[in-house]
Amino acid sequence: MPVTVKISTIIPPFIIAIGLIFLIEDLHHKLYFWQLMVHFEVASPMSWGTWILTIILFISILWPLSFIDGIKLFFEENNKKRLAKWCGSVQNVMKKVPLLPKLVELTTKNRKTLAYITFFLAIALGIYTGILLSSFNARPLWNTSILGPLFLVSGVSTGAAAIMWLSNNKEEKALFSRIDLVLIGIELTLIFLMFLGMAWGPEVYQQTAAMFLGGEFTAVFWGVFVGMGLILPAILEALELKGFHVPIAIPAFLILLGGLIFRVIMVVAGQISAYTF
Amino acid sequence: MRYAMALNIGKCVGCADCVVACQTENNVPIGYSRDWIIEKVKGEYPTLNLHFESQRCNHCETSPCVRVCPTGASHVIEGGIVKVTENECIGCGACIQACPYEARYFHPDGYVDKCTFCDHRVSQGQDPACVSVCPTYCMIFGDLDDPSSEISNILRTNDAYVLAPESGTQPHVYFFK
Repeated sequence: MPVTVKISTIIPPFIIAIGLIFLIEDLHHKLYFWQLMVHFEVASPMSWGTWILTIILFISILWPLSFIDGIKLFFEENNKKRLAKWCGSVQNVMKKVPLLPKLVELTTKNRKTLAYITFFLAIALGIYTGILLSSFNARPLWNTSILGPLFLVSGVSTGAAAIMWLSNNKEEKALFSRIDLVLIGIELTLIFLMFLGMAWGPEVYQQTAAMFLGGEFTAVFWGVFVGMGLILPAILEALELKGFHVPIAIPAFLILLGGLIFRVIMVVAGQISAYTF
Repeated sequence: MRYAMALNIGKCVGCADCVVACQTENNVPIGYSRDWIIEKVKGEYPTLNLHFESQRCNHCETSPCVRVCPTGASHVIEGGIVKVTENECIGCGACIQACPYEARYFHPDGYVDKCTFCDHRVSQGQDPACVSVCPTYCMIFGDLDDPSSEISNILRTNDAYVLAPESGTQPHVYFFK
């Protein structure tokens, strides 16, 4: 699986960096963001998230750098001249940055250990957003322990979709298509369980569930996210696996968009759900 | 010491003097407030019943805002008063979401601001600004650990309630009639 292991690793440093820029941009006291780096609060999920994200950012930069020769070769073979050239200039810059060649060499030597560490860190990062939101007892929509696993599965599913889209290898595409189908199934089950728990819960949770079962978020959640972001791409993927010709970009794009819409809905609706007194 | 406040809803007329007193005392920027008045209407027209509640930070015993703060800017000081250290606050807003009482807001300068129970006055032996200006004397401020204090006596002899007790925050602002 050349694309999964080597080529797709150039995505994380960029999207993590973009994510970090958005996170800092979202702060209201921006110039004090460094306070996050001089404190560690055991009970605060955001403090954990900060450190997980910091470590992952470093590893995500070193990992593709350790594969840079292979990545360059891949782009050359696939006639992506500009990307290959860009890899070349990265290689040149890399040599000039102090310490970096040594760190990359260290990464190459300890690839397996680092892969295990990254595996757990990546799960932690994926589940973190859900755990963070679920720690807010005052927001009933977020305050459910199933939100962590749900965000993780949704995140892994979008990741599988991205690889599916990126890959030029037929077997790899089919494998990730199948993985994604399973993940979508799990995701739908978790969503069902989440609403079951809310609808059967105390009053505030019932009111929260009502926002999605007939309330203002019904159409956007079930129609746009579940319908167009989960079920439709799942049908398209299944058809593709059955041998029908479906451009893989369509289900992949729908899943990525669905993952984003899901997060936006949860964050917006969560802030509306509250205790009444 | 455990500071608490009790508000007699049978006496509160909703004049909002407490709101203005707080804004003046604490230099709260225009358009913001650390305390506010809620009108609660019960019954069905035409047999209605209305009472006012002057609400603010409840200085909870189990304060979710302090738990979620990633930098420790939200903290509890002597007497159970929940405060924010301005230059440790990054303005992430986690505490605003964690508070069931909507007691916190972003100060225009970026950090999160809230009621301090006027700790600068309380440490001098004075009542908080809101309590001291109330024209109907409907607010009582005091120490719960002192069994002879007025507030301890009121909470013992009245059927006082707190806001959203089901959120498990153990608030320190009580209402009674």
